[in-house]
Amino acid sequence: MNRRDVFGWAAAIALFGLAAGTHAQEAPPIRIGMSMPQTGGLAGGGKASLLGIEIWRDDVNAKGGLLGRKVELVVYDDKSSASETPALYAKLLDVDKVDLLFAPYATVPTAPIMPLVKQRGLLLMGNFSFQVNSKVHHDMWFNNAPWGPADSWARGFLMLGQKAGGKTMALLSADQEFAQNLATTARDVAKKLDIPIVFDQAYPPSTAEFSSIIRALNAAKPDIIFVASYPPDSAAILKAVNEIGVGDNVKIFGGAMVGLQFAAVMQNLGSLLNGVVNYNTWLPEPSMNFDGTKEFFEKYTKRAVEAKVDPLGFYLAPYGYAMGQMIEEAVNATKSLDQKALAKFIRENTHKTIVGSITYAEDGEWKESSTLEAQFRGIKDKDIEQFRSPGKQVILFPDRLKTGDLVSPFEAARK
Amino acid sequence: MFSLDLLRDAVVLGVLLGCFYAAVSIGLSISFGLLDVPQVAHPAFLVLASYGVYLLNDSYDIDPLLAGVLMMPLFFVLGLVTYRVYHETFERRGSDAAVRGIAFFFGVAFIIEVLIILQFGVDQRSVSAPYIGKAWRLFDIRIPIRQLVAFAVALLLTVSLSAYLSKTFMGRAIRAVAQDQEGLRLMGANPIRIKQFAFGIATGVLGLAGALLIVVAPVEPTLDRVYIGRAFCVVVMAGLGSITGTLIAAIILGVAETIVLTMFGASWAPAISFALLLGVLAVRPQGLLGR
Repeated sequence: MNRRDVFGWAAAIALFGLAAGTHAQEAPPIRIGMSMPQTGGLAGGGKASLLGIEIWRDDVNAKGGLLGRKVELVVYDDKSSASETPALYAKLLDVDKVDLLFAPYATVPTAPIMPLVKQRGLLLMGNFSFQVNSKVHHDMWFNNAPWGPADSWARGFLMLGQKAGGKTMALLSADQEFAQNLATTARDVAKKLDIPIVFDQAYPPSTAEFSSIIRALNAAKPDIIFVASYPPDSAAILKAVNEIGVGDNVKIFGGAMVGLQFAAVMQNLGSLLNGVVNYNTWLPEPSMNFDGTKEFFEKYTKRAVEAKVDPLGFYLAPYGYAMGQMIEEAVNATKSLDQKALAKFIRENTHKTIVGSITYAEDGEWKESSTLEAQFRGIKDKDIEQFRSPGKQVILFPDRLKTGDLVSPFEAARK
Repeated sequence: MFSLDLLRDAVVLGVLLGCFYAAVSIGLSISFGLLDVPQVAHPAFLVLASYGVYLLNDSYDIDPLLAGVLMMPLFFVLGLVTYRVYHETFERRGSDAAVRGIAFFFGVAFIIEVLIILQFGVDQRSVSAPYIGKAWRLFDIRIPIRQLVAFAVALLLTVSLSAYLSKTFMGRAIRAVAQDQEGLRLMGANPIRIKQFAFGIATGVLGLAGALLIVVAPVEPTLDRVYIGRAFCVVVMAGLGSITGTLIAAIILGVAETIVLTMFGASWAPAISFALLLGVLAVRPQGLLGR
């Protein structure tokens, strides 16, 4: 090879490289923007949810991305605060110019961005908020959470209580939007089921000690105790219940205690959880295995350790992944990023995901609720691994996913 | 709903809760009440101490109260260093030191919060001990033993600190610096060193108070925000610098909160501390036992 040939090859290689580089520049990544609680009270859930979404991003990129473009996430910490999210989503849209939006984890940070997305006609994949679209009526909103109709949480729990012989009910709820929405539906369902409410109190989020509240609740002698609490309070309430007791007449206790789905809280509470019937989303019970569920949790379990997030990740992470799966399916089917076309596809089709099949109702919630009511059974102290086994959180409701029957009364179920 | 049984239970549980509030506030009574240092990072130090206790309990299975005692010397030194930095950068430099000091201590609080998040994550942490999760039955009242522990420790702290401040040379020097710093300087003593030592004690006490915090309920990094209002309310209501007053004010607050929680509904409870504070200050501007 003479010198001219060498220069010729070098020039060809350089041109090829340049062309490849130009091609790469022509296909910028698809950017999905979101805020996520990384600090503050919702951060434990926010981080696990984000990891689920990141695992989907890596899986879809390993398959070549969407429309031949890589998927990139643009994520900001909203500090679990409702006051942060409107500005962050305006930044995502106007400065970062993201292609698609995912909502932050939870109701409180999501509620303030609903008017923004409706005004701009944008698709928003919701992330475990509760009834944020009930007044906004945005037709391009789709919640990844399995809540279904608004009253599904309370209905499952109260029907179980009534079936066990409960005739009166106590309602203890945190004084903030999510818990109050639930409390409202619980009052409606109680009325429909003809269950009188003998105790109804909302406690402020700064409540440090629940002994006296539990004492007052006991004085009303309810048969069913429905609690709608947030993570910092749920553990304190259960400790107070363990110390003060709730009486032999109580058939069922729990309902909507946020926090009892998170590994750290479950590990901390250990045997105090026994007997509690609480809502949940995904659990390692035989009825909850769908295509890809096992593979997802194999990846999640490894990455959760490095990311220092919830080592179990049952509650939120697979639904973050499922949210990505629905977008993936819609983009591939419509071959576009047109928000209206994507929303139409998601609304009109049933989606197979790792958390089961999802079909949406008019309001962007699941047509059929898959909110579980599960009872903690045989829990030992200080053992996180036990929660990976079936039988530790037995599914009582809904019937199509049920893996056992309620053990009642509550004091007997605790033993 | 009203019944004498409920009222009796509310008073008993309120006294116990009040003693816990006293333990949480007593350090602030020294730093803010006696030394005039705007220590708004006090609850952040408290939460930091509770994480230290968690670490010792979780890693070495040390009893939380013993872990709290072990944290005290560490927090004493932390207090010495913090005061020295505050003095050199803010207090020494002029008349608006208090205003700028608030910014300094807010900054310290945020740094502590972020450090806890980086090290421990955002999840709740709690400790295990034989007295947590059990109750003691007195007639037909079930009293949480963790609350009894908080009650006993708070009493011990109050008695010890009161005795220290009134009976020892250094204690009297601390009271003197609170009353007349310049007078003390003329007597040949170094008021800054005395204030630094007192600030060390105020912070050191938080080692044990942090243990009580995590014994009473699980902790998370932003828990300091829940206690900042209550702690300042107790100290101001007590009369600045009064240790005995702190205990009395905390018990009044605890009983009032519990009665309201039990009888009138939980939503009213947060307003109680400040309603009481306003009421007391209207009648006695110097606080319950202030001079």
